[in-house]
Amino acid sequence: MKEKKVKAAASGGDKIEQIITKYQGDASSLIQLLLEIQRANRWLPHEALKKVSKELGVPLSQIQHIATFYKAFSLIPRGRHEVQVCLGTACHVRGGPRILDRVEEVLGIQAGQTTTDMKFTLETVNCLGCCALGPVMVVDGKYHGKIAPAKAEEVLKNYD
Amino acid sequence: MPRINSPAELEELRKGILSKRDPNKPCITLCSGTACHASGSEEVAVSIEEEIKKQGLSGKVDFRRTGCHGFCEKGPIIVIHPEKICYLQIEPKDIPEIISQTIKEKKVVERLLYTDPGTNEKIIHEYEIPFYKNQKRLIFGSNGEIDPKSIDDYLALGGYSALAKALFKMTPEQVLAEVKKSNLRGRGGGGFPTGRKWEECRNAPGEIKYVIVNADEGDPGAYMDRSLLEGNPHSVLEGLIIGAYAIGSHEGYIYVRQEYPLAVENVGIAIEQAEKYGFLGENILGSGFDFTIKVHRGAGAFVSGESSALMTAIEGKVGEPRPKYIHTAVKGIWDRPSCLNNVETWATVPLIINNGADWFRGIGTEGSKGTKIFSLVGKVNNTGLVEVPMGMTLREIIFNVGGGIRGGKKFKAVQTGGPSGGVIPEKYIDLPIDFDELTKVGSMMGSGGMIVMDEDTCMVDTARYFLNFLADESCGKCVPCREGIRQMLKVLTNITKGKGKKGDIELLEELAEVTRDASLCALGRTAANPVMSTIHYFRDEYEAHIKEKRCPAYVCKELISYYIDPDKCQACMICLKQCPVGAIAGGKNQIHVIVQEKCIKCKTCFEVCPSRFNAVKKISGEPVPPPIPEEARIIARKSKEK
Repeated sequence: MKEKKVKAAASGGDKIEQIITKYQGDASSLIQLLLEIQRANRWLPHEALKKVSKELGVPLSQIQHIATFYKAFSLIPRGRHEVQVCLGTACHVRGGPRILDRVEEVLGIQAGQTTTDMKFTLETVNCLGCCALGPVMVVDGKYHGKIAPAKAEEVLKNYD
Repeated sequence: MPRINSPAELEELRKGILSKRDPNKPCITLCSGTACHASGSEEVAVSIEEEIKKQGLSGKVDFRRTGCHGFCEKGPIIVIHPEKICYLQIEPKDIPEIISQTIKEKKVVERLLYTDPGTNEKIIHEYEIPFYKNQKRLIFGSNGEIDPKSIDDYLALGGYSALAKALFKMTPEQVLAEVKKSNLRGRGGGGFPTGRKWEECRNAPGEIKYVIVNADEGDPGAYMDRSLLEGNPHSVLEGLIIGAYAIGSHEGYIYVRQEYPLAVENVGIAIEQAEKYGFLGENILGSGFDFTIKVHRGAGAFVSGESSALMTAIEGKVGEPRPKYIHTAVKGIWDRPSCLNNVETWATVPLIINNGADWFRGIGTEGSKGTKIFSLVGKVNNTGLVEVPMGMTLREIIFNVGGGIRGGKKFKAVQTGGPSGGVIPEKYIDLPIDFDELTKVGSMMGSGGMIVMDEDTCMVDTARYFLNFLADESCGKCVPCREGIRQMLKVLTNITKGKGKKGDIELLEELAEVTRDASLCALGRTAANPVMSTIHYFRDEYEAHIKEKRCPAYVCKELISYYIDPDKCQACMICLKQCPVGAIAGGKNQIHVIVQEKCIKCKTCFEVCPSRFNAVKKISGEPVPPPIPEEARIIARKSKEK
């Protein structure tokens, strides 16, 4: 497992290095910097956080605090496809929870988890601002609006 | 593009832009906001571009991808100028006809028009559609006309003229006085008088001051700030620069959620353009005033929208709130005076400067002036963003603008103010909406979310939903909020699961009171609102859940069952095939029966049962009738016997 992690960190290593260099040790840009690493690498490897800590002169504990506080950050590797089920108020009253139930059942994981084959990471979000389309499910940035539980299941079959 | 160095040069530039634009030349505008984008507007855009070329109209017709038009229910939306012919729910296959008929032949394509659901009448022009007709779109109106990535579009509509006026015809004190006089109140939720906040920040000691745009719109069900930033970013920038001038600030921040990628992109482009033209940077328009803006992306935390938390986040730390014995207007970012206002508030400022405080005071109610953008969502026919004058009644908003309740159901309540707000029951439907009236009935304006609920919405479940959201989003720094919300959520969850006990309502009330009185920031102080207001107006629903183990709206899974009425079932096999867990027994010519032990209550059978049979029933608060014996399940079909 350890070896795997190091490898994953190494694969995104160059990109991460570049991002850190870009911010030139500006500690107030810490969150912006982490966001960029998250976007480029899709998760924050421990090695990368240590590097950020060293370059910015910010204690690792403080970086961990930020990385666990905000929803945008992930400290574990994520699946190849990101599934988001909207549970904003408008989607909630239009049956969003039923979509989530079905997706959880189909994927065999709870919201916040990744399937063991690393295919899907399932998340809930609190409003994507597409309330007219509710209930909404997003897979890899593609919106599926006014979706029914059976349709959600079908959509997921199209990914591998 | 050379920098503009004086108001005269600005007017010169504007004239130049307008002279190149023929007001009679056809122009197709396509809504490209996030919601329309999700409904496929980009595919439509591509086919418009192709079709213009194909039909030999290059140069003869303009095409513009604009921001959100507001009528998200019917997206993607096309409006053809100058006539303002409005086509709804457009697909790429409709484009050749639109181009050949409407653009070339000046004929209207009837099938793509809005049909009034009441009269079945077709409506041609955008401004005649009831959804738009009953609004007053002062701030949001330009969204549908400009390409947010083009500063020239904004300038063509008179953009940055308020900035020129403020910088050259007014002193900072006069700008401040005008905003104070206008009685503009913060659109982000609290409704604090904007002018007073500016004044406090201006008078606070310290050389360096900051102005901030709060675009950390976190209320589920509200997206007007995103649509403004996405669709008309320059209006927000202009307001911010004017505010900075009045306050004496030279550095500004825009704090925007990273979940809004298009808003981040468009505001970035807008800042770049404004810098090039000299609306930002050193010596703005040759006035000697300097001002720069940085964009800070929020990483996804509801509590970071609170002013002190947001400022801590800008410093690069965890966005948690702090006690505000000293206002952030005096001690904010790095303990320097910082003035934070919501997106919509900033976007209102140029209008006030251009038209004067008296004009603004002429709109709205005694205590709340101007217009407000609401996001009208939930069980309403016309979901979308609506801008109306303060003081319009709920009935007018929901029924005249919103077109009433979906599927002809009965209106039950409307939830305003997001997780900090409350529900307003039907008896207040004629309530004029403004800051003070909403507070009086136990809710609040918040950022303007308006979630319409019908008879199928359970109020206990609604309260549980919001508390669940808040429990997740509470930063945990202060005990009353962290523990109070958690305990309220526990009690509410128990009630919705049929484990409610006598005394639960009183316990909720007690917890609500402590959480409200003792929490550090507004998140905790208002967290009890959804609970208190639902108990206040729908106590009977709570009691039904607790005493009778019944959910009157048939929402709470643990309290309901599905049952197939054997007298109505025609053994059509539809529900049997669709049931995801195989919980329906039966077969061809054999009445279907739900095996209750297997049923996961996913509602699929209820939804797929043909309405002419209507055999699937929801049951709550009473036992499910026993299944009829096997031998009685056979249906003898008369037609086949003959």
